[in-house]
Amino acid sequence: MAGGAASGGSAASDTYAKARHWLLMPSWVVLGFFVFAPVCVMVIYSFLTKEFRGGVIWEPTLAAYDQFFFDRGLFGDSDPTLQWTYISIFWRSIWQAGLATILSLLIGFPTAYYIATRPAKTRALWVFLITIPYWVNLLIRTVSMKFLLRDEGPLNDFLLNIGLINDPLHIINTNLAVQLGLFYSYLPFMVLPIYASVERYNFTMSEAAADLYATKFTTLRRILLPAVKPGVIAGCILVFVPSLGAFLAPDLLGGAKNFMIGSLIEEQFKGNAGNWPFGAAASMILLSMVMIILLIFSSQQRRAGADQ
Amino acid sequence: MNDAIQIAVDVRDAVKRYGDFTALQQISLAIHDNEFFTLLGPSGCGKTTLLRMIAGFEDVTEGGIYLFGDEIKTLPPHKRPVNTVFQNYALFPHMNVLENVGFGLEMKGSSRADAAKRAGEMLELVQLSQFAKRKPSQLSGGQQQRVALARALAPSPKVLLLDEPLSALDLKLRKAMQIELKQIQRETGITFIFVTHDQEEALTMSDRIAVMSAGELQQLGAPRDIYEHPHNMFVAGFIGDTNLLEVSVDKIMRGRAQCHIGGGHELMCDAVDGIAVGAKVHLSVRPERMVLSKKATSAESLKGTVTQNIFIGTDITTMMDLDGGPKITIRTSNTERGNKRLFEPGSAAFVDMETGAARLLAD
Repeated sequence: MAGGAASGGSAASDTYAKARHWLLMPSWVVLGFFVFAPVCVMVIYSFLTKEFRGGVIWEPTLAAYDQFFFDRGLFGDSDPTLQWTYISIFWRSIWQAGLATILSLLIGFPTAYYIATRPAKTRALWVFLITIPYWVNLLIRTVSMKFLLRDEGPLNDFLLNIGLINDPLHIINTNLAVQLGLFYSYLPFMVLPIYASVERYNFTMSEAAADLYATKFTTLRRILLPAVKPGVIAGCILVFVPSLGAFLAPDLLGGAKNFMIGSLIEEQFKGNAGNWPFGAAASMILLSMVMIILLIFSSQQRRAGADQ
Repeated sequence: MNDAIQIAVDVRDAVKRYGDFTALQQISLAIHDNEFFTLLGPSGCGKTTLLRMIAGFEDVTEGGIYLFGDEIKTLPPHKRPVNTVFQNYALFPHMNVLENVGFGLEMKGSSRADAAKRAGEMLELVQLSQFAKRKPSQLSGGQQQRVALARALAPSPKVLLLDEPLSALDLKLRKAMQIELKQIQRETGITFIFVTHDQEEALTMSDRIAVMSAGELQQLGAPRDIYEHPHNMFVAGFIGDTNLLEVSVDKIMRGRAQCHIGGGHELMCDAVDGIAVGAKVHLSVRPERMVLSKKATSAESLKGTVTQNIFIGTDITTMMDLDGGPKITIRTSNTERGNKRLFEPGSAAFVDMETGAARLLAD
């Protein structure tokens, strides 16, 4: 085996290399079955012809992608123009996910910093509190949010009672409701990685900066932020990526007008009205988007790494 | 002569408490300008706390700290014209060496170009010019140490604080850095306040040493003074090796005390404050200030039996049981003359203390 030869070729290292190989097998099997195979199915389905009651006909075509990007009129024979319906859904998904990421960063960073600077015992308690929402299914939490935000829900009751507003705010079924849902769902994914990197941060460096005449803000900007950047980037990815494909929050809180790409895909596979190849194609486009964003992130990371 | 001395840092009755725990109890120190001043003590004695109070990282519970006459205890660290070399250097990992060294200047308002120029000069001072573009992680421990020093010196602080900066280095490098630090202090004329638990390091480098223990100042003085005239048991035991002998004071006359050690040995030594006739106190004698001989040379010669000779390179340590109980160690230099004064284990010998070598200790 190549690994064995490379690591010296002695009998012992050969044994280790073989053991390593076999011990890795379960991971490869899981990855193969649950990641690689489904993606392959999706790629294949996206190039097949749709059947009207769901499912596919095994005839290769680009129709699904064509439908996503181009409008050929009601009968499909006009000159193709760009299909804005889906692109605008995509665009809404991107800015909603981007906004959710920025909001969670603004709230999550101070939270993570606060937790990381508590005494060790209290820290564990705070982390525990952050994870408590995960004891309840996301669906149930999102439905509860719907009740909270209703015109006659507790939030409006409260605001009416304290006299801040005279008429209930229409939050439910707006982009704002979707945004609140996304922000709420994924905030912990921002807090935890940032917490992990701030906890590892050597606070003597902040003291050194203060000692060298840097104000608190400059210390944050020039010393702390660069040091915890990996945690911030991880948090941003962990919030942005699932927000981009989310369908619970837009479905339950956004109503029909505030579709996001996740809901669009979900719709294609639900009941008999769906269009499997189109759903697969939309998924592929979403996947490519995410991959491109991650590649940009990681190439920047690598450039920053090469500097060091 | 005292008129010329300017006080750089004046610590007045400074107290530091953490809840119920008192880390520093009423310390007063006047550190002179241009001085290499060392805070020496075992870990937990409060020396680092005091340094951090001067730097501004710890609040002063009571008392005051003055820098060239100005009260600084309410100033945040970034407004105090002092800089610190940290124990583990605390270099900024994402900046290169030149940027690290220039950081303080930039924060003080120099342009990037000016900061880089001055940083370059500082790197020359610590002989690291060729490493300007490296990241701290690409340097050895000793090199990182020099960068930390250059970074702290670059903004020309009025006082430089050094928090056990050499403790992470190996012995050889540490010795070399001790000499270099002392040299840099002389060249720059900046007041250095150096914290260490290593008494040898303190003796080597300092103009004056403050020995601390349990949050209290034990003794303040020049290295030689502290070594030769320790005030108390703690200082005598902490600085260098010593023999501590229990004695009873029989008589005090004209500044001299007559005392006796168990076994009937009589001794005369300088009286010190706080010692009364009849008191049982301790006497400190450095091992190298005693001489072995075959015959009693005076009435004060102590008789005993040699139990062991230990060769330690430059010296030979002799362990000896004095008649009447007490055990002492004597250090003889490994020279031709010294070797003539050695005795085989088991043989009887006499010990003489050099004049003034025996010090009575107040506690």
